[in-house]
Amino acid sequence: MENAWIIPLFPLLSFLFLLLFGRRLKENSAYIGMVLTLASLVYSLVVLFERFNHPTYKAEVTWLTIGDVQLTAGFEVNQLNALMLVIVSLVSFLVHTYSKGYMHGDGRFHIFYAYLGLFTFAMLGLVVSPNLLQTYIFWELVGAGSFLLIGFYFYKEEAKAAAKKAFIMTRIGDVGLLIGMILLFWQVGSFEYDEIFQAVDEGAISAGMITLTAILIFVGAVGKSGQFPLHTWLPDAMEGPTPVSALIHAATMVAAGVYLVAALFPLFAASEAALMTIAIIGAFTAIFAASIGLVQKDIKRVLAYSTVSQLGYMMLALGSAGYVAGVFHLMTHAFFKALLFLAAGSVIHAVHTQNIEEMGGLWKKLKLTGPLFLIGTLAISGVPLFSGFFSKDEILISTWVHGNTFLFWLAVIAAFFTAFYMFRLFFMVFTGDARGKQKEVHESPSVMTFPMIVLGILAIVAGYVNTPWFGTFLGDWLVADNDALGHGHIEGPAWIMIVATVVSLLGIYLAWLIYGKKSIQRDWLTVRMPLTYNVLYNKYYIDEFYQLTVVKATKGFTAVLSFIETFIVEGLVKLVAGIVHGLGIIGSKIQNGQVQAYGTVAFVGLAVLIVIFALTGGYLK
Amino acid sequence: MSGVPISAYLTLALVLFCIGLYGALTKRNTVIVLISIELMLNAVNINLVAFSKFGMIPSITGQVFALFTIAVAAAEAAVGLAILIALYRNRKTVNIDEMDTMKN
Repeated sequence: MENAWIIPLFPLLSFLFLLLFGRRLKENSAYIGMVLTLASLVYSLVVLFERFNHPTYKAEVTWLTIGDVQLTAGFEVNQLNALMLVIVSLVSFLVHTYSKGYMHGDGRFHIFYAYLGLFTFAMLGLVVSPNLLQTYIFWELVGAGSFLLIGFYFYKEEAKAAAKKAFIMTRIGDVGLLIGMILLFWQVGSFEYDEIFQAVDEGAISAGMITLTAILIFVGAVGKSGQFPLHTWLPDAMEGPTPVSALIHAATMVAAGVYLVAALFPLFAASEAALMTIAIIGAFTAIFAASIGLVQKDIKRVLAYSTVSQLGYMMLALGSAGYVAGVFHLMTHAFFKALLFLAAGSVIHAVHTQNIEEMGGLWKKLKLTGPLFLIGTLAISGVPLFSGFFSKDEILISTWVHGNTFLFWLAVIAAFFTAFYMFRLFFMVFTGDARGKQKEVHESPSVMTFPMIVLGILAIVAGYVNTPWFGTFLGDWLVADNDALGHGHIEGPAWIMIVATVVSLLGIYLAWLIYGKKSIQRDWLTVRMPLTYNVLYNKYYIDEFYQLTVVKATKGFTAVLSFIETFIVEGLVKLVAGIVHGLGIIGSKIQNGQVQAYGTVAFVGLAVLIVIFALTGGYLK
Repeated sequence: MSGVPISAYLTLALVLFCIGLYGALTKRNTVIVLISIELMLNAVNINLVAFSKFGMIPSITGQVFALFTIAVAAAEAAVGLAILIALYRNRKTVNIDEMDTMKN
């Protein structure tokens, strides 16, 4: 555990090595990335198992000394960090493996692996940071890695726009995080998590300030985790290669916002208003994104909206003081959503389209991908015995117990939507007849199916580390020796579990009726409520709304600023430069090399002097 | 003998000097410029001789000085013309306004 700092350095090494030698290695770059992330994974597992029996380990060195303030850099291995290390390095390793098949034949193969290394380094660095400042540095680095990977196909206009959008939208959130961080530093005098929590505990910060800083930091999480109203970048980010979507936009980076809230949970827990804000935003995002997911036609976009929705669930859990539920769902979601994305990538790899209208009947052709996709779908829908069931149940219980009855029912409806649109996706892709032109569809190579199988197993069993039936091992371990995090397991009424099950089965049944058995017409909603359908299909026109308001306003403002810049500031600069230049021109004209002109000037000067002398009587006063 | 006042000599010298100055500052031909400079020197000589005869303290020194000036002017003319010939060989011109290598 003392050497846990080395975990993020393996992928960094991969990044640097591939930058230098990737061109020569070509597709062998994959082995470098795989071996080094495997090293991270193995060591993360070692750290996790060590952490079971050992207390939290923290090591720091002084980085900067400014007056009395010491800024430190270091790493910390607490329960949450150890868990995150394993999740991130595991998914990263699997994605590294998967990409070897998926990206095969791409001209910039080694660059892709280099970027993956950079991103993994940043993400691992983020989860071991012991203070806010270091977190912020890695937070931005993660954003940069995401930017590079979304824009990997930079020759596509959409990918370019999506990369920029993702970067700018998350930056908006980061401003909130930065301000919150500075305010906290101003209040506490330190960026250390420990000292912040201690100050909160002792009441050294006023209640209003706690709420303010907590909400500002949450704004950063809103940006990164694609919560409403900063969610629009996440679906667009699907322009990146599919393994990237699995790694960054399903399992790790978008969970960074949830991780941040979880890491600073004692701060949030000290302010009921902040918790309420998180819960409301989370619940709203959950149902809002799920409703958009109902009608989307791009397989990756459906998954993207489902990610947004599930992240909303996690936020709802954290906002309802369900620390364990949030982190638990983060973990299970990382596995089954990465699985779904990788399986979707496998489907796309096979049929070369992302439009689900052109798929269908793939169950028999993709013998491995189909069942694995089904596992992921069952897990995310919350079908009993799969991992998503347990974590979603925890969230619903903590919401109910915390007293957010309205938000609880919102979450239940969102669960219904989730089950419905995920099975809509499943039925449309894998059952029925083949629509569109499908040429030789064949299963992906084993290098792609292996990661999916691993994730498939995890999507089934990961839930059993924290169940009401077999013990809440994960929950008890997560909150051990820290009272501020709440209870390891929250007891709730038993009917919640039944409601959750019924709701998800209902959603599946309805999806089956429409898309499987086809006893209900598919255009039922489109015909009866074209307005609703259009609003949903166009994602509530949020993008258009932003385009008309924020983007227009910003552009107008920039136009004014650029007018001032070109005409006033530049004008002043040009005036000053012009005066000097003009003087120079006059000066150089005088010096024309004509001896006679010099003589004339000298003589005239002498004459003038004599006249002055004559007039003043020979003396100058 | 005493019919001609000193002011007449001085006026002659002044006129000569002005003609010389004008020529030196305006003529394009370098030879003419050199001649004009000789004119100015001679105007000075007239002054020297006039003052040595009609000055407040008449003395032979003025005339001796004029002789010196003539000698120096001869040397100067020789050197000036030599330089001019060297220049002419280089530049194929005696126009003074084309000799502007000191420009800017």
